[in-house]
Amino acid sequence: MAQAPLRLLQDTLRRSAARLPEKTALVVGPHRLSYGELWHRSRRLARVLRQRGVCRGDRVAIFLDNTWECVVSLYASLLADAAFVVVNPQTKADKLAYILNDSGATVLVTDEHLQKTYLAAIAAAPTLQGVLVTGALPAVDDARLLPFQQELEAAAADQGRERAVSIDLASLIYTSGSTGEPKGVMHTHQSMLFALQSLVEYLRLEEDDCLLCVLPLAFDYGLYQLLMALHLGASLVLERSFTYPAQVFNAMEAEGVTVFPGVPTIFTMLLGAHERQPLRFDRVRRVTNTAAALPPSFNTRLREIFSSADIYRMYGLTECKRVSYLPPEQIEAKPESVGVAIPGTEVMVLDEEGRPVAPGVTGTLYVRGAHVMLGYWNQPELSAHMLKAGPLPGERMLCTHDLFTVDADGYLYFVGRSDDIIKSRGEKVSPVEVENILYAIPGVREAAVVGVADELLGQAVRAYVVLDDASSLVERQLRALCLERMENFMVPKEFRICASLPKGATGKIDKKALLRE
Amino acid sequence: MTIRQTIRRYMLENFLFTDADSELQDDASFLTQGIIDSVGALEITSFIEETFQIRVQESEMLPENLDSVNNLVAFVERKQAQPG
Repeated sequence: MAQAPLRLLQDTLRRSAARLPEKTALVVGPHRLSYGELWHRSRRLARVLRQRGVCRGDRVAIFLDNTWECVVSLYASLLADAAFVVVNPQTKADKLAYILNDSGATVLVTDEHLQKTYLAAIAAAPTLQGVLVTGALPAVDDARLLPFQQELEAAAADQGRERAVSIDLASLIYTSGSTGEPKGVMHTHQSMLFALQSLVEYLRLEEDDCLLCVLPLAFDYGLYQLLMALHLGASLVLERSFTYPAQVFNAMEAEGVTVFPGVPTIFTMLLGAHERQPLRFDRVRRVTNTAAALPPSFNTRLREIFSSADIYRMYGLTECKRVSYLPPEQIEAKPESVGVAIPGTEVMVLDEEGRPVAPGVTGTLYVRGAHVMLGYWNQPELSAHMLKAGPLPGERMLCTHDLFTVDADGYLYFVGRSDDIIKSRGEKVSPVEVENILYAIPGVREAAVVGVADELLGQAVRAYVVLDDASSLVERQLRALCLERMENFMVPKEFRICASLPKGATGKIDKKALLRE
Repeated sequence: MTIRQTIRRYMLENFLFTDADSELQDDASFLTQGIIDSVGALEITSFIEETFQIRVQESEMLPENLDSVNNLVAFVERKQAQPG
């Protein structure tokens, strides 16, 4: 009999669970889940979600660390015909409330450790109908609060067949933008299935691979490690972070990790560890980098650690998951390039009139393919800014607004961003978002946030602040106030308290002049 | 100052940016509580190496050694007890 087609994202897990029910799908700390168990728990939780009011087309927010419950919640949302919204566990209450309200989530799944944050956020999210909590419930009188474990254990497997179709939403992925508020990137089952199969193809991944994920599942780079692993029937070692490298190394050895995805900050930490005590991971076959450029000088040293691995340099944005990859065979010949379009897609570097640029000339990068997002949730204007008419009637192609050149062989070279987003430790930081939070602090009169080069972080966030005359705020207090209000990676590494800030003719703060000082 | 006081002061000063002693529980996981992020453990390691004249091996960069005030105190004491 022919294989059932993959129409919905969860069909990948359905197929792997039918084929390999006993095989380990997921290793998270002391927990090991087989494909069969992962599938059954997801179906039971889908039933819980439906009982708690989740209907076709709804959104389920998942505010958890990298745990098995996070993975089960994600597939359960899909099985309940809803789209999942994974929120970085570092997110603070105001932003979580914003995401809950913007997405209109029906249910939130979260954890006792995040209690302070989620309680403040759900108080400001009246449309939320249920809050499933892993671990202990708080002593708070809110009928929406439910214990995850008990609900899961009490539920029978969901018997219903999904009604979602392939062009329905599978996920909203919130990402920082230059406007300050995070935007929910809409991806359908179709766009995500397409993207993950393209990635699997060029990374040459197989069923016997064991993928590592130390990146948050809220970040699409982390999320796709999970999606790829479960699609292939491979195994995923899910770690909470790379904070304690020795713990990650132990898990890599114990599980036989073959795929190591990182961002430059992780590779810098890895090379630092290697200098302290030589590391060797001979079983790793693929090392991948994205989010920011990996210095070409890293190649040689990474090869000392990963002697049998192919190293992939890649470029992408959440709006189409990934744009390009450098085939590992080209890494010596074209070390500065981010490569060519991922399989099944097309890229174009165009000038302002929409004509392809000649080799070596800078233009704007456009992307065509089934991986392009549907748009931003509730943001038609921002969507129109990113999605432009394509060659076919009604087609939308993605304008990355990033500047590129292309060489005579068609390989891409990143020149710069056309917005002012800062990339710090692989995370996008919106200067406007940080400035808005600074302006909301009593005593702050003016604020300007810029990115400056930093060896470990790629770019570090620097804030220039002018205080009210009566204010006695010092750097340490500003930092503490920021920590309460924004994710750690957004908190400026450096504050400069100034008497005034340079202004342009229109009265706008002149950031270029600031950086020259 | 005891090892515990030194470590507490450092954590409060550099990660919580406060003098309020009640903000930091000795058994609280730095990672779970969001007190440190991915590069924080490196900073803590450099701090204890310099302050307590110990050398932390790569293989010791584990939560059981570094991820709370209690764990750090016990780890530093163990390291100091080791010969040279």
